[in-house]
Amino acid sequence: MASDMHAHSDLHADSLEHDAHVHHGHDDHDHEHHETFISKYVFSMDHKTISRQFLVTAVLMAVTAMIMSVIFRLQLAWPGEKFAFINAIMGDKWGPDGVLDPNAYMALVTIHGTIMVFMVLTGGLSGTFSNLLIPYQIGARDMASGFLNMLSYWFFFLSSLTMIISLFIEDGAASGGWTVYPPLSALEKAMPGSGLGMTLWLVSMSFFIISSLLGGLNYIITIINMRTKGMKMTRLPLTIWAFFVTAILGVLSFPVLFSCALLLIFDRSFGTSFYLSDIYIGGEALSQSGGSPILFEHLFWFLGHPEVYIIILPALGLTSEIISVNSRKPIFGYRAMVTSILAIGFLSFIVWGHHMYMTGMNPFLGSVFVFTTLLIAIPSAVKAFNYITTLWKGNIQFTPAMLFAVALVSTFITGGVTGIILADSALDINVHDTYFVVAHFHIVMGVSAILGMLAGVYHWFPKLFLRHMNKNLGYLHFWLTLISAYGVFMPMHFIGLAGVPRRYYTNVEFPMFDHLQNINVLITCFAILGACAQVIFLFNFFYSMFRGPKSSQNPYGSNTLEWTTPMAHTHGNWPGALPEVHRWPYDYSKPGEEKDFIPQTVPLREGEEDGGSHH
Amino acid sequence: MKFIIYAILILAAAALWQLVRVVELAAKLKGVDPNKVTERDNRMNGRFFLIFLIALWVTSLWQLYAFSDDLLPEAASEHGVKIDWLMNFNMIIVWIVFLLTNTALFYMAWKYYGRDGQRATYYPHNNKLEMLWTGVPAIVLFIIIFLGIRLWNSTLAPADSSVRLIEIYAKQFSWTARYSGEDNRLGKSNYKMIFDVNTLGVDSSDQAAADDVIVSDTLFIPVGEEVNFRFRSQDVIHSAYFPHFRAQMNVVPGMETFFHFKPTKTTAQMREITGNPAFDYILLCNKICGASHYNMQMKIYVGEKKDYDAFMARRVKFLPGKIAQNPK
Repeated sequence: MASDMHAHSDLHADSLEHDAHVHHGHDDHDHEHHETFISKYVFSMDHKTISRQFLVTAVLMAVTAMIMSVIFRLQLAWPGEKFAFINAIMGDKWGPDGVLDPNAYMALVTIHGTIMVFMVLTGGLSGTFSNLLIPYQIGARDMASGFLNMLSYWFFFLSSLTMIISLFIEDGAASGGWTVYPPLSALEKAMPGSGLGMTLWLVSMSFFIISSLLGGLNYIITIINMRTKGMKMTRLPLTIWAFFVTAILGVLSFPVLFSCALLLIFDRSFGTSFYLSDIYIGGEALSQSGGSPILFEHLFWFLGHPEVYIIILPALGLTSEIISVNSRKPIFGYRAMVTSILAIGFLSFIVWGHHMYMTGMNPFLGSVFVFTTLLIAIPSAVKAFNYITTLWKGNIQFTPAMLFAVALVSTFITGGVTGIILADSALDINVHDTYFVVAHFHIVMGVSAILGMLAGVYHWFPKLFLRHMNKNLGYLHFWLTLISAYGVFMPMHFIGLAGVPRRYYTNVEFPMFDHLQNINVLITCFAILGACAQVIFLFNFFYSMFRGPKSSQNPYGSNTLEWTTPMAHTHGNWPGALPEVHRWPYDYSKPGEEKDFIPQTVPLREGEEDGGSHH
Repeated sequence: MKFIIYAILILAAAALWQLVRVVELAAKLKGVDPNKVTERDNRMNGRFFLIFLIALWVTSLWQLYAFSDDLLPEAASEHGVKIDWLMNFNMIIVWIVFLLTNTALFYMAWKYYGRDGQRATYYPHNNKLEMLWTGVPAIVLFIIIFLGIRLWNSTLAPADSSVRLIEIYAKQFSWTARYSGEDNRLGKSNYKMIFDVNTLGVDSSDQAAADDVIVSDTLFIPVGEEVNFRFRSQDVIHSAYFPHFRAQMNVVPGMETFFHFKPTKTTAQMREITGNPAFDYILLCNKICGASHYNMQMKIYVGEKKDYDAFMARRVKFLPGKIAQNPK
């Protein structure tokens, strides 16, 4: 048993009632509880184990999706060139002679996008960190329902597995872009990937949606009901606020995606016409009539837009915590930060039409979405300025996590400002569906949110695995990643402005794009560098999991509750009574105090005011 | 050869692993925590952030300069000029925000790197500052919103029925144009009537269809005259993208969409402006539509009105025998 990550479990009573109801957490139940290997490590109902499961699955999915991106970037930079690497991964059918097949290209971009948006950035960010931090930081023994939590991971696993399986079927995986608009995705005759591949995509996404809903409901209920004594909402760390609003967004919007997918399943298999009308394909007129693909777009983007905030909000929450702890200063403007999270959450539901400006919608409707979309830039700007002000006059400790958190702010700004261009429908006319859009969303999601996830992994590694990751490897990983990220995506804006469309297998058919080929080569070179840099992380991550130096209880001098638990995986988190909270989590470098941090459990002195209370 | 590459990779990984262990053990012997962040680490990374900031300025401005010639030539349509103006206006604001905020961020990261014995300043909030950076972005954004919506509405306002109407028909993987002819009315069409050569499903019983002209090689449009495009799709969603004219519109099966513009530069003029004698305006597909999405194109030629008339005169009408004697 020595090889497991849960050593020292014999130090104290490992017991807990699994269906933790609303206890308000003051009691400790110390009755005997027998666990098997299966119930402890496989179908675990412990939030800490589940968070690790989400993380490792997400990392493996990310590696898969990243390899896909290297393959299609090779094709874009050197179209038609033979690469043994491509043949090795794709095989003789999809990579004959080392040249990527056009249908396989579209399958790769589709599955790359799907995996990254859902499995990595939603499952890997929310799934990992909501699970890890919510019970810890609010002072609860576990989530409200350990059983539903366990199911949420295993549906995530099933979803990931189904998506991977879809890569190996005869006609290829879903290939209509991760947005899978019908009729292309509805009709097998339209493209081969729209056959079984698309069916499996829909199955995978259905499992994913179930996973998200189960998780999200749990997070909301736990945060509302299971905060420990003294943990008022205004004393919650910003991580929890972020996870809370994220979960609400998910619960409200994922069911719409589900209905969207369900109607597509009906159109594909049961002859309905929700999305189909006036189609002549494969030599005959389709009998299905009366529907509209635009309905799909509305339903899809009604989730699709909140989804990107579901991705970025947890990353922003983690960043608030990491920047504050490592600057040894309170996060600047706690109330404003909370208000911004709420504003972003609310506004995210009324901007989806900006993905649909060019569908032929009534111009007035477009104007409405321009207005709401540009509004959402305001709370985003507030957050960015507040992060910068937190750094001002700080005493910054550059742990690898802190480096990633600072870089998240940079890329959030950089990616956010191009969003302003895209939000403007008149400007979208010429950049819609070009690489300008690809550059924008990669910088905000593929860079900014991932940097947040990496920051979280480095920072909370001691809580996940009781050890530290290697600091110098972390530095090396960071700098190579940041340089590669800007190297890939900055030039990409220019090819978008030059008119290069997305999802093109190659640009050689258009002489007007010939002169842009050197930019494509530059992008691919940085992409390969970036991919290689992640190997350093993977090595560090897996090595440190088993052989990293053991961590002390509160290595960063942090105020939040997770650092008050013992350095051994404790079922029920605190071996004795649950902690009591007396102050907000941001008392760093408070004047007149000896230490530069005061944990939330330390009672207020006579006459001392709680930092979070007055505004 | 492959074996040697794999062997090198594996050995490199093993060497890295051992190196990490050696560093950790050495630190342990010295009694130092190898993962503790020191002032030296902070100074090094602080400096790297400063260097990165300078590099960000240099490389991004260099790209702006180096790639400026790679962008599209000046807009070839009337509304396109306004779009380019608005784009430049927005880009100036965006570039300023990008450079200034990243500067503030990385400057702070460098200036306040952790030194031993130093203490941070407890400064939890300042409502005036919050108002400032809520208010100023709001004002700037409202200006952007106003200008943007105004241009959007004027660009997308439906064209008058007197404007020359041309249908652009999309299918996997080609474009076909149907001119409405003298009567400026397109004959009715229905996908159920698609048969044999009648790819567009035009209803031959409709009188308006008689003088329609179907063209699949080059779309010829006269310079200086507004043209209104109507889009229809046979199978999946496509998107009609005319980058030189700053025009785009999705082509959706089951719907008719429209976009109108006035071309202001002939192909000949454009060849001079770009210095490229082989230049041609082009229509691309810009919504993933299947296997040959990357090669779904149609050449567009903008010429003088008299050349356009000559071109149209040469084309075959849809139903030459049925053209009314006195077309409207």
